[in-house]
Order: sequence, then structure tokens, then C-alpha cells
Amino acid sequence: MKVPLSWLRDYVDVNLPAKDLAHRLTMAGVEVGEVLATGGWSGCFVGQVLAVRPHPQADRLSLCQVTTGTEQMEVVCGAPNVATDQKICFAKVGANLLNTHTGKHETLKAAKIRGVESQGMICSELELGLGEDHSGIIVLPEDAPLGTPLDEYLGDTVLDLEVTPNRLDCFSILGVAHEVAALTGQVVREPDGYYAEEGGPITDDISISVADPDLCYRYTASLISGVTIGPSPQWLQDRLTKAGFRPINNVVDVTNFVMLEYNQPLHAFDYDLLKDKTIIVRRAKVGETLVTLDGIERKLSDRVLVIADSNDPIGIGGVIGGANSEISGSTTRVLLESATFDGYNNRETAQELRLRTEATLRFEKGLRSELALIALRRATKLIQESAGGRISAGIIDVFTGQPQETQKVTLTAERLNRVLGMEFGAETVDRVLNSLGFSTHRAGPDKVEVDVPYWRNDINIEEDLIEEVVRIAGYDSVPTTALSTPIPSQRPDSGRKLGETVKDELAATGLQEVINYPLVSLEDLQKAEWPTNSGETLRLSNSLNVSEEWLRPTLRPSLLGTLAANQGHGEGPFRLFEVGRVFLAQANDLPDERQVVAGILAGQRSEASWLESSGALDFFDAKGVVEALLERLGVSVQYEPEESPFFHPGRCAVIKAENADGATLGYVGEVHTLVADKFDLRPRPVSFFEISLDQLLQAIPDTARHFSQISRFPAATRDLALVLPGNVTAAAVEGIINRHRMVVRAELFDIYSGENVEPGTKSLAYHVYFQANDRTLTTEEVNRSLQGLLRSLEQELGASLRG
Amino acid sequence: MTQPTSEPPSSQTIERLTREAVDELSKLGTYEELETWRVAYLGRRGRLTLLLRGLSGLDIDERRLVGSLANEAKGTLEQNLERRSAEIDGAELATSASQDKLDVTLPGRTTPVGRLHPTTQIVREICGVFSDLGFSVVEGPEVEWDHYNFEMLNIPRGHPARDMWNTLWVDYQNEAGEQPMLLRTHTSPMQARVMESSRPPIRVVVPGKCYRYEATDATHEWHFYQVEGLAVDEGITFADLKGTLYEFARRLFGEDRKVRFRCDYFPFVEPGVDMSIDCFACEGEGDGCRICRDSGWIEIMGAGMVHPKVLAGVGYDPEKYTGFAFGLGPERIAMLKYGIEDIRLFYANDLRFLRQF
Repeated sequence: MKVPLSWLRDYVDVNLPAKDLAHRLTMAGVEVGEVLATGGWSGCFVGQVLAVRPHPQADRLSLCQVTTGTEQMEVVCGAPNVATDQKICFAKVGANLLNTHTGKHETLKAAKIRGVESQGMICSELELGLGEDHSGIIVLPEDAPLGTPLDEYLGDTVLDLEVTPNRLDCFSILGVAHEVAALTGQVVREPDGYYAEEGGPITDDISISVADPDLCYRYTASLISGVTIGPSPQWLQDRLTKAGFRPINNVVDVTNFVMLEYNQPLHAFDYDLLKDKTIIVRRAKVGETLVTLDGIERKLSDRVLVIADSNDPIGIGGVIGGANSEISGSTTRVLLESATFDGYNNRETAQELRLRTEATLRFEKGLRSELALIALRRATKLIQESAGGRISAGIIDVFTGQPQETQKVTLTAERLNRVLGMEFGAETVDRVLNSLGFSTHRAGPDKVEVDVPYWRNDINIEEDLIEEVVRIAGYDSVPTTALSTPIPSQRPDSGRKLGETVKDELAATGLQEVINYPLVSLEDLQKAEWPTNSGETLRLSNSLNVSEEWLRPTLRPSLLGTLAANQGHGEGPFRLFEVGRVFLAQANDLPDERQVVAGILAGQRSEASWLESSGALDFFDAKGVVEALLERLGVSVQYEPEESPFFHPGRCAVIKAENADGATLGYVGEVHTLVADKFDLRPRPVSFFEISLDQLLQAIPDTARHFSQISRFPAATRDLALVLPGNVTAAAVEGIINRHRMVVRAELFDIYSGENVEPGTKSLAYHVYFQANDRTLTTEEVNRSLQGLLRSLEQELGASLRG
Repeated sequence: MTQPTSEPPSSQTIERLTREAVDELSKLGTYEELETWRVAYLGRRGRLTLLLRGLSGLDIDERRLVGSLANEAKGTLEQNLERRSAEIDGAELATSASQDKLDVTLPGRTTPVGRLHPTTQIVREICGVFSDLGFSVVEGPEVEWDHYNFEMLNIPRGHPARDMWNTLWVDYQNEAGEQPMLLRTHTSPMQARVMESSRPPIRVVVPGKCYRYEATDATHEWHFYQVEGLAVDEGITFADLKGTLYEFARRLFGEDRKVRFRCDYFPFVEPGVDMSIDCFACEGEGDGCRICRDSGWIEIMGAGMVHPKVLAGVGYDPEKYTGFAFGLGPERIAMLKYGIEDIRLFYANDLRFLRQF
């Protein structure tokens, strides 16, 4: 909302610098985004063109004799619209202006242009920074006072307000004037709405009815006959231009002016285009269409409220007028509408038609019906003044509902103090409220009844009044205290806590955390071999683009995508993880949101180094990360071979908890070559792990860790090189070794197959540690235990000692 | 070197032998030479040893005198040997060190360094401050009902304030043909969820992802985090809101930061508040500052006293309970703290960005 100070001053004195005013408004909740000053045109004056003749050397240029009243100069001008007698913006030599060729501000010099010296310049909007137009010069009104500095004549300051949706009143200059008055101790001057009625009774010429009173609470109208349509007077054009509106004609401009002044949108019809002198306000009939003022033919549904004549719609109520009743150069009689429409329906209509206008911006917020009549009278007066004609006697005023009573709200000192934590005296409360235009009636020293003025639709409850008092008094007047209420007991959120722990552990293991968008494309899900036809995946109905359309049921495509996006920046190592949510649809409920951690490892194991080359990160790097994580969390698991289309055949393990009924916690494996191909991943292999944090939480032992005695007695070590059938897993071997008596630990230190080992077999070599808590084991005890272990391995797995 | 001979033990011979031995020792430079020297004087057949053996031929008085001198001489030789040996050690070490010198400027063997995402770091920092002030940290669903995201926050259907939150809707229809499921536009829905599930006193902060149907640019993301806060009890005031948020700002941004509270609008609070801190780029000067856009102030969070309709909606008596709520954007705070100028960097996951934190 643009508020030119020159306009604001019509209603309230502004006696402080614009910057200070902007600060006070901002602090009080009416944020001034920008203070735009136009001006700073030293050396520029209102001038007049005395004569124009062609430039002897150039067809497109002309030579102009220009006067500022005291001096005459010859100027070369390239504008096609320059003409004798025009009042123009003249920049003398020495003025500081935007050079439209270089884009910089420069001091204007006398210069020869095609052999003729130009002693100044006639300016366009662009050079003065008033607009983008450089197609011609600005032509000032005839009554512009010759020789006046341009700063004085055209300069202004505009406050650009960022109005919050509750403050409808600040979409009007008068509403802002009330704010300014309250903040600076001034009084608002209301505009004049008085006019003389010279025509016959309006009821002779028009009949108006409201068929759908639930959508139109009040409909007022006046009639002005004998108008002459033309450009608006300059003052009116200036006001609109500075407020960001384009002047159109002397009738439409008035409706816009009064809307900006009072907030009430108005509409002017060409009376002679109405059929049967009739207006009916009704819902549209199914199949009806209307070509609106923007030239678009619109199909209307039966929720749309139209203004119709006896046959057809001539406007969409509170949204936009129809082309069939538009004011044109030949209009002589104007029917002026000022109505109150239902805000909710107005908003729905605007959304349905995808058409938000200055009118809907206001109507949707619920204008009070008192305004309709005030604005009608003001606009009728101004149309007569700017376009001439006679105003018919009387007005039409169809009030369909109960006449709206003034909103009344009661404020008690007790509540004010309880909410704010401080006291305001009754006098201060009354003074602040009165300054904003509220009337107050004391019902005792601690209670005041307040009438809310018609321009404020946002004051409905006691707290609203409390805000009014404190925002005008200033938030700085409220003390700053610490909470003194009891501290509630902490709410445990074990899921969140686990997620944070997992992040710390993985970062400590050397992985970089990433955070991806949780929306993915169907294509990426399919590339990651995720089943998409199970109905488990939710889709958005208004996604920003197709790559962000599905709520991810898995982190897989997210991490593969992150790797793909980064692989161009080096050879790795890439060690990435994400803790995030996946979404699984549930019938008639919000989706199941599950927290998952996933990681991806690829590229070189370490940065290229002068020390040694390290080889590529592989399955066992990923598994090592998983092992370290689970170790830190105290979770015992088993890894079992698993086949899945996302993982490379034979290179995936399912991770199962040893407690929690062997629940599946997740997977670790190498991404299938074909999947890696589809994501254009360069480093190979690509190793991946994912663990459900919900499942992991179940698997974490409830009890605190339990200390186990550290033996004071030495351990004995034996090396065990076993030959085993090729299909026996290491897990099976270790299972037997680790549960054997006296064995405390076993380390796999070598795996071998090939020469010296029979085909179909492999050799695993372990350091095995024997130890007791109560004594040093004798060599005989250790050897006996070792023999027993060998027998078990032989019987259960077909193992033998390697020769 | 003198061959070991049996010399007659006397104080003079002991003194001479000691002098000779020490003199000789000072000229030796290797461990081998030292060993030869040791054998020659102190060995089983060394000169001093032999001399000691010859003591038996002396009379008792002389034997006592010369014997003690001889033992003293042995101690002197042993000490000298040790000292010389240490000197050679030092010299050898110096020689070998100068040969095995490392270029200590060479890079070390790499160890993978993992880091947390800057958002995780800043969210923790923010929640940590509130945690210290007695707030619990809880999370809520990212996919929400219109009911919690809007209705319960005093933003009914058709309310113009809905324009403040452009919404991403989930393709789901209920039996009434409505589309009530959405990606939460703020973490504020947890206000109602927390209050519905418990009684005052309440102090919570809710970090989490939020979504908006918005085009992105350097300062707007459709996917971002928010930390929402809520405190409700009997007797909580606007002054408490100011005090709590002021304390937060001091802890996060430093003791010297100035804080400004001004009126702002959010449908679920009344009165509404915007909290700003003075700009640390221009020290509050404003003019010409890009960070604060000439104002001297940087908006940090929105806040306010919980709207009576919100309290009534969850069955709390607004006549009895009051409270305040606040919400802030961690990315914005990280951007200010670290001088990041484009919010889109956060979730583009470029490692060259992430590795800086």
C-alpha cells in the first residue's frame, strides 16, 4: 500500500520527518517497508516550450526554444511528443540527472548534438526516476507554475506499507491518517461528502433489488446525468499515480480515489447500457458467462454473486465489472454503486476465478456496511466535480440485513494488567483509545466500554483492545521479566533423542550429514527400484514441479541424488548420511512418519595422498560404520545375506536385532550396478546402509550398561587357521568360537582361498584369546579347550586345521 | 692402550691410573671404544681390578687406606664412563636426527572428518538455550490436518490471513470430499497438539521441517525449518514474553545485542510481536547496510500472547490461563551468524558448502 505524504496531509498534519514517522508506524504494527522519496532534482524547473522547429541535421530531433520565465534557452530534443506551449520538466546545464545511456547519475553539460548546442534537457519519466517511460517527455498540466523548482512541484515522499491481513483499515489513506493521528497527537480531518442534488428523483430512473441477501448486505447507488468523460484533473491523476494506480478517466479515477481514501470499492456503470433500468443482485445462473473489464470471457458458477440488469450479468459483485456496461467516451449517465458484499464468498469467488483485484483485497476482509453510504456520497460529489453533470435527487439504499450495530467491546483493568504484567491508568487507556477514534464509556474506574469505529474490523475481543493500548503506548513501556511460573517436568522424546545421537555418532565416524527435500519424483523412486504401485506413497495435489511431487517412502533416491550432484567435484571420499522422515500412507489418517537413518559411501577411501593409495570405499566400509554405530548404542545384531533389487546380488545383508524378536533394523549393501547406472553414478562400488530408527529404538537395551569384571589374569593366545567349505559364513564360525568355554575374544586376521587350499574351500585364520577371571589358565587347560573347540568346528561346520 | 699388568697398589699408582684412564676416556668416540676401555680398566682382568687384587699383599693399615682409594677410583671411572656414554648418545642422536629429519609441513595421514549439517547445529543451539530455560524439546508430524495447521490456530477456512501461508496440499480426499491433509506450513500446529495432550504448566519448543507453496529465491525456500515455542500457565504475562525472548537473544547473539519488540500480526496471538536485534553488520546504523536493508534492525522471530480462541479451542479456560508463543527460522539465524547470502545453499547439499560448518 503506497501512501504519498502529500495525500496523507489532506487528512492529518504530519509534523515530523518521514523517516521518524515510518519508524513510529512500524513499531505500532503498520510496517513501512520503504520510504520512497521522489525529488532531488536540483537544477530542474517547470519550463515551457515556446517554439519547436526541425533540427537541420537530423530528422528525428527537434530544436526547442524553452523558457523558465526568467531565462530562454535552445534545447535539442528527441521526443516525438514535444510541442509548442507545453509545460515541461526542464533540466538546466549543471543539473544532476540519470544518463539513460550510461545508467549513471551525471552532471548535465552543454553539448553539441549534430552540430547544434543544447543548453539543457527536457526530461522523460526515466531521467527523473519517476517511471520507466522513455518514449516521450513528461507533459505537465497547463497550470503548472512556470519557473517553480521541480522538487517543489513534483517531489513527494511515499510510504510503502506492508499491511498485515488484519489491518484492513491501513489499505486506506484515511485509515493510515487515524494511525498517524494517534501516534503523533494530531486530529483527523474527514473529507467532504456534501453535494447539491439537481436532478429528478433517482427512483424514477432505476430500480434495484437484492435477491441473495446472504451475499450482499447493503447496496447503495447514485445517478449522475450529463457527464463528460475525459481525463481527470491533474491533482487527481497525480494522487493516483503516486499511489501506484494508472489514471483512466474522470469517472473511474474517482472510484479508485475514493477506494484508496476510504477503503470502499465502488463501481460505475454506463446507465444507458442497462436493460429495463433495473439492477438485480443475485447468484449467477448455471451456464451464464460474462466478459469482464479485462476482456476475458468468464464462465460463472452458481456460487458467484453477479450484478445483473433485467437479463444479463453486468458485473461480478465486489470483484470486477462487465465490459457490457463499461464507462466509455460516449457515456453520459453514470450509475454509481457502493455495496457491502460477504467477505467469505468474495474470497472464494476470487479464488475460483483466479482473479484478485483491489476490490477483493478489501471485500474479502469484511468491510463494514456503514462505509458504503459514506463512500457513495464522497464519490458522487467528486464525479460531479470532475466530469460535470447533475446528480439525481436521493440515493438507492438497499439494506438487506439487520442494520449493523456498532461493535462494542469491554475492557477491564484486571485483564489488561494480567495479560501485560503491568498497569495502565484509566486515563492513559481512554486517551489512547480515543486518539484512534474509539469512543469510550467508563463503567467504573476499572472497566471501560468501547465503541469500535467503522473503519476498524479487527477489534472484536478484549485482547484486541489490549494490543491497541500497548502498541500505541509502545511495547517498550512493558517491563522485561523472567518467567516465574513453575518449570514443568521435561517431556521425554526418545525418538528425537535417538536421531540426534545417531547424527553425532555418524559424524564422529567421519560421515557428513546432509538434509534433502522429502519430496521426490516418481521417476527417481522407480530408478531406485522402489515399488510405486502399492498405494503406500502419497502425492501432492499442487506440487511445485514434478521432481517434488511424492512424499518419499525411502531415503534411497535422496542420497543417490546427493552423491550424483557432488561427484563432479572430486574423486571422493564420499561419506554421507541423512536422518530424516519417510512417509507411508495409512487409510483415513495422516501418514505413518518414520524416522530413518541412511548413509552412502563411495569413491576413494581417503583423499589422494602422498603416503599411500587407499583403494575404493566398499561394502565393508559401510558395514564398519553400521557396526560402530550399533556398538555405541549397545545393540547386538546379526547380519544375514539378503537379495533385493536395489542391492547388488550377493552383496547385501539384512540387519537383525538379537533381542526385539529378531526384528529387521535395516540393510547394508552395495547398490546394484544397474541402479547406480540409472542415477549416473561414477564412483563404484556405491555402498549404502539404512536403519529404521523406530525399530532401533525398540532394540536398544532398556537397562543401563552393566559393568563386567576385567580379569586380573593373563590371556593365552592361540592362532587357528581353519579350512572350511566355501559356503560356511564367518558369522557361523565366530558363533561357535565365541560361545566356547574360556574363549573371551577372537580376531579374524586372514581369509584365503586359492593355491594350497582345496577348490570349494576357504581358509579363515583367527587369533583366539583364552582367559579366566579367577586364575591363570595352564597350558594344559588352554590346549584342552582348543581341542574341544576344534572338535565343535569340525562336527558343526566341517572345519579342519590348515596343514 | 696399556696392557694390563699387575702394578703395585699404592695411592700414587691409583691416582696415576685414574688420571690416565679419565684422560684416555675423553678421547673416545664410539660405544665400541668405550667397551674396550671398560674392559681395560674395569673388566675382570682390567688394570684397576688387578690392582685391587694386589691389595692382599699390603699390611692391614695400608690396605685399608689404599683399598678405600681404589674403590673411590672405581666409582670415579664408572661415573666418567656413564657420562661419556651419555655424551656419545647425545651426539649420535643428533647425527641420526639430522639424517632422519621429517618435513613436518607435509600433510598428515587423512582421517575422515564428519560434520553435522549447519541446520542441525543451529537448531541444537537454539533448542539448547530454551532447554536451559526449562523448555522441553518435542517434535510433531510434518504431514498435518488443516485442523491443526489452521483451524485450531484461529485461522478458519476463508480467513484472509491464510494468504500468509501458501500451502502444499496432499492428494487425499475425506468422505466429505474435502482435502484436509497438507504439509505443515509452520511447526505451530504442535501448540494445539501439546495442549490437547497435557495440562499446564507447559513449556515446549518444537523444531522441525515446514513447507510452503512458494517459488524459491535467495531468501525464500519452500522447505525450511522452524522452531516454535509455547509457554502456558496461570500468570504468564507479556512482560514474561519479553524477558524470555530477550534472554534468548542475549544468549544466542551475545550480551551486547540490543533487542527491539514491535507490534506485528499472527492470527493465533494477541497482542502480536516481532522481535528484532540490532544489526551486527552495521552496528545498528542502518543507512546503506545490505544485511538489515537500511533499518538497523534484523527481524528474528514472531511471537505474541496466545490468542484466547486458541486456548479455548483446546479446552483451556482463557480466564484462568495465559501464555506466549513464538516462532523463528533457524536458517535465517544461521545466515546471519555465518554470513550466508542464499538460503538455497542449505538443502542443495553441495559438500563444498556443508564442509564449511
